[in-house]
Amino acid sequence: MKQTLIALVEDKPGVLNRVASLFRRRNFNIESLSVGKSEMPGVSRMTIVANEPDSHKRGNLYFNLLKLVNVIAVKDVSSLPCISRETILVKMESGPSQLNELNEVIKKFGARIVDMGTESTIVEAMDEESAINDLIESLKHFKITEIMRTGKIAMRKGKTHQVSSSKINSEPDDLSWTPDHITAYQN
Amino acid sequence: MNQSTKLLTGAEIVWESLIKEGVEVVFGYPGGAILPTYDALNKYRDKVHHVLVRHEQGATHMADGYARSSGKVGVAIATSGPGATNMITGMATAILDSSPMVCITGQVSSSVIGSDAFQEVDITGASIPVTKHSYLVTDIKKLASTIREAFFVARTGRPGPVLVDIPKDIQNETTEFIYPTDPVSLPGYHPPTETNESHLQEFADMVNAAKKPVILAGHGVLLSGACKEVMELAEKASIPIATTLLGIGGVPDSHPLVLGMMGMHGESWVNHAIQDADLLIACGMRFDDRVTGTLKTYSPNSKKIHIEIDASEINKNVLVDLAVHADLGTVLRQVNPLIQPSKKLDWVETISSWNKDSQVRDILNIKSERLMAAQVIREIWEGTDGKALIVTDVGQHQMLEAQYYQHDEPRTLLTSGGLGTMGFSLPAAIGASFHEKEREIWVIVGDGSFQMMLMELATAMQENVNINIAIINNGYLGMVRQWQELFYDARYAETPISSPDFVKLAEAYGLPAYRVDSLDNIIPTMKLSQKTKGPSLIEFIVEEHDMVYPMVPAGVGLHEMIQRPHPKNGQTKNQEKSVL
Repeated sequence: MKQTLIALVEDKPGVLNRVASLFRRRNFNIESLSVGKSEMPGVSRMTIVANEPDSHKRGNLYFNLLKLVNVIAVKDVSSLPCISRETILVKMESGPSQLNELNEVIKKFGARIVDMGTESTIVEAMDEESAINDLIESLKHFKITEIMRTGKIAMRKGKTHQVSSSKINSEPDDLSWTPDHITAYQN
Repeated sequence: MNQSTKLLTGAEIVWESLIKEGVEVVFGYPGGAILPTYDALNKYRDKVHHVLVRHEQGATHMADGYARSSGKVGVAIATSGPGATNMITGMATAILDSSPMVCITGQVSSSVIGSDAFQEVDITGASIPVTKHSYLVTDIKKLASTIREAFFVARTGRPGPVLVDIPKDIQNETTEFIYPTDPVSLPGYHPPTETNESHLQEFADMVNAAKKPVILAGHGVLLSGACKEVMELAEKASIPIATTLLGIGGVPDSHPLVLGMMGMHGESWVNHAIQDADLLIACGMRFDDRVTGTLKTYSPNSKKIHIEIDASEINKNVLVDLAVHADLGTVLRQVNPLIQPSKKLDWVETISSWNKDSQVRDILNIKSERLMAAQVIREIWEGTDGKALIVTDVGQHQMLEAQYYQHDEPRTLLTSGGLGTMGFSLPAAIGASFHEKEREIWVIVGDGSFQMMLMELATAMQENVNINIAIINNGYLGMVRQWQELFYDARYAETPISSPDFVKLAEAYGLPAYRVDSLDNIIPTMKLSQKTKGPSLIEFIVEEHDMVYPMVPAGVGLHEMIQRPHPKNGQTKNQEKSVL
């Protein structure tokens, strides 16, 4: 099973480099990493998808991430109820002549056409990873020339959990670090 | 701005901050991008002593040696580009052995960063894999707080090296110097401060139920300052202790419960004890491949407790039954009262019975024509009353030192364990000498290792540091030759190594130097060296083809060690598998 981690990191230069470098150095298999600003100033939120079948290596990955000084908190959400989404742009060699046919396909996926020229069309979709994969499969006979995917972003369902970053032995939802504390450290 | 507010340059702030952190000595080498900081040094000479090294790698090993000997943070300074990259080996050495160090590098001016300017290297990025953290200072207002953070990160939790890269323009700019006094607190950095109470009783129950326990004492025993607590646990429940290479000295070698070093070149009884144990209590160690042998057969019947301050080390190599993520000393102070006193006479007796065969095979008990490296080490032990601070390099002499020099006190053996950095010993000893003023200091180094950092002889001379250098010269890169002999049918590819005349070389640097090739001359020559104020050197010419036994070859179990041939079978190169 793929491992999905949500990390809160300081929004400082080089932090993405440190996280990526960790994966390479420790020989962890990274599938995707997406990062953007969070609701807290100076703090970014990352979704990292790793592909480590061995459960102990997964644990080791988690603690190595947490060990990075700029990483504030990490939550392994692999087996927790989450909304997960990926956005994709697909460019195809097909013009207005195939519009009806294309519309037929993309309607099923909730995708939409965002650009159409005489020789090319760009389709946009946002969905779970498996649905995105199915969409690509269905679009194949339109001669795909470019695919751009954002990688998965994930968010836990239910109320916002306060994250724990300091205690390995603590319960999953144990409070030891609150967002208030984090903002206090922004300069 | 009122009159009392004093503006300082970034360069001055560097020194002011170091002084605030209690730094008394730094090891460094000047250069273009760090010039302003060196210029400002002239104002702080009464507070900070600067040691001019001969190679920036030497500066890092000196800072590392100072840190290992004192427990304080060592400081190394270099310029940008090649000065900074020369520090990488030293930072890697320090991170693998958890040694607290702050490296300060000059960087090209902010305006040209990224332009491949003269002597520009992205050292903040390049040092990511070999540091605990690294900083590029981009705002002079944050310089002081960054240096403070660097020291905090370096010395807390699992210690390690931290790099602070300071562009030249930041060193020249001025600002008000305010050194924060509130406790450092970083949003993403939380070394454990407390222990999960429920684990303590479980810990104690496991110890109380064990019939054949062994404590594995690592570097963490020293770093946590938990030497007393570990001995208390061992004595209370009669638990034998095996140490890692870096754990040596954390517990007194002469204590009857201390078995000695475990692992690839651990004595056979130590490894057998681990393999036969029913409980391993791993204290501040990380189950490195050099101490476990193959994990498939590692201590198969034991429960395992791992007390470790770095969570990412737990369950990394060996899966444990109880993980205690905490400071070792703190945990043991809570657990020890829960331990029932017991005498495990059978277990202790069994282990010492394994010792007897090893005594017969011991090179010290086998007659030889030539001077053996092990004999030299043992004589150095005798000649220093076992009380010296020993700094070893990497190779056969390093393992022999671990086997034949008994260390009874913490921080009396400094050696590059995790990275195995050849060239470490001479600079590390120079660094340590700035803390260790009472104890005599001996560098034990091979002929190959010595030639990797011998330029630091000039530093030793310039600073007139009181160190004794013992070169164990066997004309080979001995440990690699040993592997070639055992695993590559004695095809010695590039392991015979020539050396300069070390005595003449030392004399050229201005050191008194001696050569010894017989057992009888060791102690008298040591006395000459010991009488010298300042550095001196002895070259010991030893048997070329000796090996370090026992040896657990890579990829086999700890119990499948190659033993030194039994003397009654003659001095052959035949290998003999140990039988338990």
